[in-house]
Amino acid sequence: MTPAIAFLLAMTFLISIGGIFLMVWGLANDQWGDGLEASKVIFAEGELGRGEDPAETGVQRQGLQEEVEKGTLDIDKEELAERRVLDRSGRRPVLWWLASSIAWLLLGSVFGVVASLKLHMPDWLIGDAVLTFGRVRPAHLNVVAYGWASMAGVGVGIWLVPRLFKTPLIGGRFATVGAVLWNIGMFSGTVAVLAGLSEGLEWLEFPWQADVFLVLGGALAAVPLLMTVVRRRVHHLYVSAWYLIGALVWFPMLLITAKLPLFIGTEQAIMNWWFAHNVLGLWMTPLGLAAAYYFIAKITGTPIYSYTLSLIGFWALALFYSQVGVHHLIGGPVPTWLTTLSIVTSVMMVIPVVAVAINHHMTVLPKWRLVLTSPTLRFVVAGAMMYTFASIQGSIEALRAVNAVTHFTHYTVAHAHMGVYGFFSFVLFGSIYFILPRLVSWEWPHIWAIELHFWLVFIGFGIYFWPLSIGGWLQGTAMLDAARPFMESVLLTMPYLKARSLGGSLMTLGHIVFASHFILVLMRMGPVSEIPPKLMQGFVKDKPPGPASETPS
Amino acid sequence: MTRALGIIAGTALILLYATMLLLIMPAIQLRTGENPPEALAPYTEMQARGREHYISLGCVYCHSQQPRDPGLAPDMLRGWGRPSVPSDYSYDTVHLMGTMRTGPDLFNIGARQPSVDWHLTHLYAPRSVSPGSNMPGYPFLFDVIDFVPDDAVAVNLPPEYRVRGGTVIARQEALELVDYLIGLDHTYPADELPDALEEELDEAEADKLSATKLDSLDNILDGVSQ
Repeated sequence: MTPAIAFLLAMTFLISIGGIFLMVWGLANDQWGDGLEASKVIFAEGELGRGEDPAETGVQRQGLQEEVEKGTLDIDKEELAERRVLDRSGRRPVLWWLASSIAWLLLGSVFGVVASLKLHMPDWLIGDAVLTFGRVRPAHLNVVAYGWASMAGVGVGIWLVPRLFKTPLIGGRFATVGAVLWNIGMFSGTVAVLAGLSEGLEWLEFPWQADVFLVLGGALAAVPLLMTVVRRRVHHLYVSAWYLIGALVWFPMLLITAKLPLFIGTEQAIMNWWFAHNVLGLWMTPLGLAAAYYFIAKITGTPIYSYTLSLIGFWALALFYSQVGVHHLIGGPVPTWLTTLSIVTSVMMVIPVVAVAINHHMTVLPKWRLVLTSPTLRFVVAGAMMYTFASIQGSIEALRAVNAVTHFTHYTVAHAHMGVYGFFSFVLFGSIYFILPRLVSWEWPHIWAIELHFWLVFIGFGIYFWPLSIGGWLQGTAMLDAARPFMESVLLTMPYLKARSLGGSLMTLGHIVFASHFILVLMRMGPVSEIPPKLMQGFVKDKPPGPASETPS
Repeated sequence: MTRALGIIAGTALILLYATMLLLIMPAIQLRTGENPPEALAPYTEMQARGREHYISLGCVYCHSQQPRDPGLAPDMLRGWGRPSVPSDYSYDTVHLMGTMRTGPDLFNIGARQPSVDWHLTHLYAPRSVSPGSNMPGYPFLFDVIDFVPDDAVAVNLPPEYRVRGGTVIARQEALELVDYLIGLDHTYPADELPDALEEELDEAEADKLSATKLDSLDNILDGVSQ
């Protein structure tokens, strides 16, 4: 115990000193002062103040072009033309990652609904081991976490690369092969879990043979990022680039360490939660924030609120989030200093979260009306708000007194969905609405389908989250009261579990709408309206009163 | 920031630092595998196979195996046993501590419910012995046959759960799983726990009768095992 404390104290001292030197170096080398320049790097010359349309249409592209030629807008024409080339330079790999992710989303949603129904209909589908709750549930988790969220995140990330570096994607083929390998890993891993060949650790159920494909696929996806960053035509790395680089450095380190056969018993439990929480914190969160930082700034046509805050947000996230995992073992058989360390860093997460929240929300605030017209912005802003909520909730949940109630209950499940679904998936939906038309030069045919998708998943998720949180809390308080029999904590959750099934089904319906719409665009089907659809008004020159054109720079 | 290499190095170093704090330091301190408690026997071959079924069927998604400290939760009062300590997991190379208590903690289920009969009935038809439970049945771990051979283990079922025209017998997997479950007994004293807790534990033992009365689940368990 004493050496552990001595070591912690010594490390705290050394890191503080190191941090001060780093800050001094940063100030001396003007690493802090280039804020505005660095945050403007994603805009074309003269583009600032003009929002980029959410889902580009032919009409509107033409409108923008005419406007530029007439001279009402002073945008660099060449750069706009070049952007079309950039947007399509990653077409093949991005389509592979995104289309695969949506297929996994549908499968994962079905697993989720089945698992949810089973909790209040325990006699349903019990004839075969393949469909027992204990296999469908991990299948759901792995398919949505590594199939949907990770693949969509990587797809969005790859598409952002040429935009961020103003250079066509180099080495896209590697990422295409990566997507194929990743899919092989996903498929074999999912089959293994359903067949009962799970490795038994939560978030690490896939046998190592399947994870080899994920590591290789992920590494190949990182190749174009690295090849393009070396030949980039911008000086500054935009905020999103930091998060993308961080995510692609962290994920292989995490997965490889976790799969090394070094950990036994209690140490393995510690490793398990170190890994599982880092998948959320150092893989999904940075991918989601990379997208949110880009699209919020780009659609509102405003540089992010504060460059310095984004620096603090990024490095504080790296430092604190990497240490929060052991709060999953509060009260468990692990050294107290270890859980305390994780509780402290969990609370410290408030710093990067507030930094990011201020940056996101203050950038949107002056142009908040755009969420009414831009489908991308609506999803991304909803996602960013739920990021703030989920993170603050997570910090509170790590406190011992709160954790005593919420641990081992459905409350934690609801919280996990607030992070991975409310935040990350919403941001991904929004990003895909922005990306796909630019990728295949075909607009989303049905605005009502986008609206329907949004409201189904938004309302569905509300019905999922709130009852499950309340039910989980009641379950926790019942379990803490020794005078109440354990069975009471089971029975009282039933109505809430049913509500969760309803919410989950609505979300799944939304996914079906989304996937069908996605396929329509890929097949170039559906009515392509000449009149800009309602959601896209305000971005088009014929309808100038849009807020985007109020502040020409 | 303008240097990609700086970001790569910085992010990798921070994660290495966190890994050292969270993984390497506790491993140095705990050395779980080196000093297993004397009272804890390694799994027998049959128990080990049962444990494989426990993992394969995903029991861990509803059952924890880590009774908590009385300061945090009344796990001891529920008869779930003393708080677990690192050395209890010396032979648990796939740890099964769990994160969910849709069902009760199972770290000492063998001490609490040593009846093979009860476990088989419970696995085949959970609600026949535990009304209100939302655990799924596992009929695929059982066979329904007309003629029961001498070496087969028949499952005791209340009349309304019986299968017409046949007898439900346990398959090898079910017997192995139950063997693992009734072997889950970590009620031996733990050196790592403070003495005060040991006293509390003794009191809890003394109160066991009244504690089980509070817990309808345990009442049901008792009823069935008699």
